[in-house]
Amino acid sequence: MKPEALLHPTPAGLYCPPGDFYIDPVRPVDRAVVTHGHADHARSGHGAVLATPETLEIMATRYGEDFTERRQSAEIGEVVNLNGVALWLVPAGHVLGSAQAVVEHKGTRMVVTGDYKRRRDPTCAGFEPVPCDVLISEATFGLPVFRHPDTAGEVAKLLHSLEQFPERAHLVGAYALGKAQRIIRHLREQGYDETIYIHGAMQRLCDLYERLGVPLGPLAPATVKDGRGAKQDFEGKVVVCPPSAMGSTWARRFPDPVIAFASGWMRVRQRAKQKGVELPLIVSDHADWDELTDTVREVDPHQLWVTHGREDALVRWAEVEGRVARPLHLIGYEDEND
Amino acid sequence: MIRFAGLLDRLIFTPGRNAKVRILTDYFREAPDPERGWAVAAITRDLDIKTIKAGQIKQLVYTRVDGALFDMSHDYVGDLAEAAALIWPEKPGQNYVPTLTDAVETLNGVTRTEALEVVERWFDALDASGRWALIKLATGGLRIGVAARLVKVALAEYGGKPVQEIEELWHGLKPPYLSLFSWLEGGEKPASAAAAPFRPVMLSHPIEEADKPKIDLAEMSAEWKWDGIRVQAVREGDERRVYSRTGDDIGGAFPDILAAMPFDAAIDGELLVFDPHVRDRFAVRPFNDLQQRLNRKTVSQKMMKSHPAFIRAYDLLWLEGEDLRPLPFEERRARLEGLLLREHRASPDGDERFDLSEVVDLPDWDALATARANPPLDAIEGVMLKRRSSVYVPGRPKGEWWKWKREPFLVDAVMMYAQRGHGKRSSYYSDYTFGVWKDAENGRELVPVGKAYHGFTDEELRKIDKYVRDNTIARYGPVRSVRADEDKGLVLEIAFEGLGRSTRHKSGVAMRFPRVSRLRWDKPSREADTIETLEAMLPEEA
Ligand SMILES: [Zn+2]
Ligand SMILES: [Zn+2]
Repeated sequence: MKPEALLHPTPAGLYCPPGDFYIDPVRPVDRAVVTHGHADHARSGHGAVLATPETLEIMATRYGEDFTERRQSAEIGEVVNLNGVALWLVPAGHVLGSAQAVVEHKGTRMVVTGDYKRRRDPTCAGFEPVPCDVLISEATFGLPVFRHPDTAGEVAKLLHSLEQFPERAHLVGAYALGKAQRIIRHLREQGYDETIYIHGAMQRLCDLYERLGVPLGPLAPATVKDGRGAKQDFEGKVVVCPPSAMGSTWARRFPDPVIAFASGWMRVRQRAKQKGVELPLIVSDHADWDELTDTVREVDPHQLWVTHGREDALVRWAEVEGRVARPLHLIGYEDEND
Repeated sequence: MIRFAGLLDRLIFTPGRNAKVRILTDYFREAPDPERGWAVAAITRDLDIKTIKAGQIKQLVYTRVDGALFDMSHDYVGDLAEAAALIWPEKPGQNYVPTLTDAVETLNGVTRTEALEVVERWFDALDASGRWALIKLATGGLRIGVAARLVKVALAEYGGKPVQEIEELWHGLKPPYLSLFSWLEGGEKPASAAAAPFRPVMLSHPIEEADKPKIDLAEMSAEWKWDGIRVQAVREGDERRVYSRTGDDIGGAFPDILAAMPFDAAIDGELLVFDPHVRDRFAVRPFNDLQQRLNRKTVSQKMMKSHPAFIRAYDLLWLEGEDLRPLPFEERRARLEGLLLREHRASPDGDERFDLSEVVDLPDWDALATARANPPLDAIEGVMLKRRSSVYVPGRPKGEWWKWKREPFLVDAVMMYAQRGHGKRSSYYSDYTFGVWKDAENGRELVPVGKAYHGFTDEELRKIDKYVRDNTIARYGPVRSVRADEDKGLVLEIAFEGLGRSTRHKSGVAMRFPRVSRLRWDKPSREADTIETLEAMLPEEA
């Protein structure tokens, strides 16, 4: 069958007419397949949600137990029949529970990557390429200037700054889901075993990660105790907070903080400067340019559909490579802070 | 190159001065000779390689990547060097990574064509930061917002020496500064090798009310405080230099002064611009005119004609081989007067560019207060008091020299935009753009006239910050647009030192050193000042 008949873009998101379901819909629908727990992909209010058990738990943690009328848990690789369409989930390596959605019907197989990356992430299963007719790839960092450096090197920058400025708190802005826990895991792997302080908004997600088997080491809430001298408690400490908290009144409790920000956008100096970041850490949960192009070559689909980010550049690259490629122009997916 | 690029990356993003000094001293400790010396020269811009043009870098990139993709990337990133550094495809297997020393030594000794070949090879071996640093170095575009002065402070800190000693030596030293580093690490102090060296300057204290009883006016000599920039003009044989007060050589922008130094002397004075239409003596133009000639590496003939510079001398530090600094001020003054008179008599029709800052007779506090409040010229910003017996010592010795600046100008303006600060203030809206009323087609509108980011206490900052957050009408990145109309708006009393005409500002005026002097929570926004009030404060036209 024609791929457009199996999956096509609609204002609510990618829709599968024969299976009557949406993938990562941005509006409430009857049946949603959700690739991962980030807010722009996983919204509350759907009639039914099919996702990995981890993603369902993340959604319940973020939105409350009643985020959907019906949960359908699908283990990785478990084939589900949705009105005759076969669907299964494959690891995407983006955050805990993240998956690609594989859709197969009448001999046509399409893979929706969701958000993904190829490099190692100690908090989730790695991306697995799936041969297919149509690959629908994200392109958040779809420009050849985005080449994320080695993660360990970026984390080492943070450790070095802690040594250089032992009297200053180090405030690390990181997405509350995924990035924060990944940074913490990397710090642990690189020998940092002191207590890491976390913003209140991260507490429940960190607890969930622990419960799902991702050990994060000693954590404590970044709250100032009653009484004097509490500000000094954060000297030379690592404090992880959501990016939005870095410029908020909350950040004032720390002594002359070093503002660090873990994000793929930190690759571009002007972006880092604009945000007032003193220590940019180029760590992203999205594929960089090389990962995107390597993945397309490896999967080698008959067609490449591009969504979510710099569609023009990746489509251009694919065409120069002699591939069939098109932009999808889906709207509603924002990864400004990754 | 990688270590140097890492240093630049840290310095670019670090707002705090002390933090920058620590990053520099740690680097000096870690990097070997001669690399650290080349790094110092690159940052202080004493290293001019400029072997490659930006356009050549672009052509080089086109040979390696799809031009359309590069153009999209360049568009997105903005800076060519950065886009090129980031997009360059890696070539695994390059096993020699060039150091900064390799880069400097090689690029200085090759032709343009050879340079491009070398750079291409190094691009393959470096990472993105390293490539960026290399491009900036090779195209002569290294600007990272670190003043030469700060590097000297860091060197002083590293070696535990007073910064004045480094300033004094500086112009006799050459990159990569091996003798300097050796001294800072306990070796012998390098001989002061340069002719016409800089001599660290003596500074004054501002007079507060409480100081007055401590100052015996009978021991003091009074002068005007000129509104120019403090310089030191030195000639020794063929060597002629004009230094800023921190020892930066700014002579390149003032060839008219360099050409008119007939004496072997070191003169401390104020750099000013005079009115070329007044033949008589130097009729001083306001600071705004001098501004046209500052911060340039070179100057056009036209500019030198329309804005001729001169030095109003007030001290003589060295004369024909003799160090006068140990002499009392009175005696140095007498020698200075004698020198200027002698030169004037020697060539009365020559192109003189030095005159004397007169001693003014202001015997008591009343006379001083009157003179300070009503100076005879726009180019005077207050009065100076110098102890007649004072010897010339670097820094700010207690009780020797005093300055009493005129009261600042004041204006009531309305806050229009607020921006988040840096470092300790990064969670506060602490930088404010303010405006005054101007007639427009439909009633009045605010026109921005300046920016201020200090003058308030921490307590006040917290209040303003809350006001900004509560009254935001739009956001643009770190900037918030704050409600400001006839009915609502925060009035700031702004103090500033002077006002000039400006074509770069929509309002047509530019303030010097604006700061918040008072928060007018009580004042309705519609009662803030108008642009006419400011225009009336402008100095008369040339
Ligand atoms: Zn995501
Ligand atoms: Zn996303």
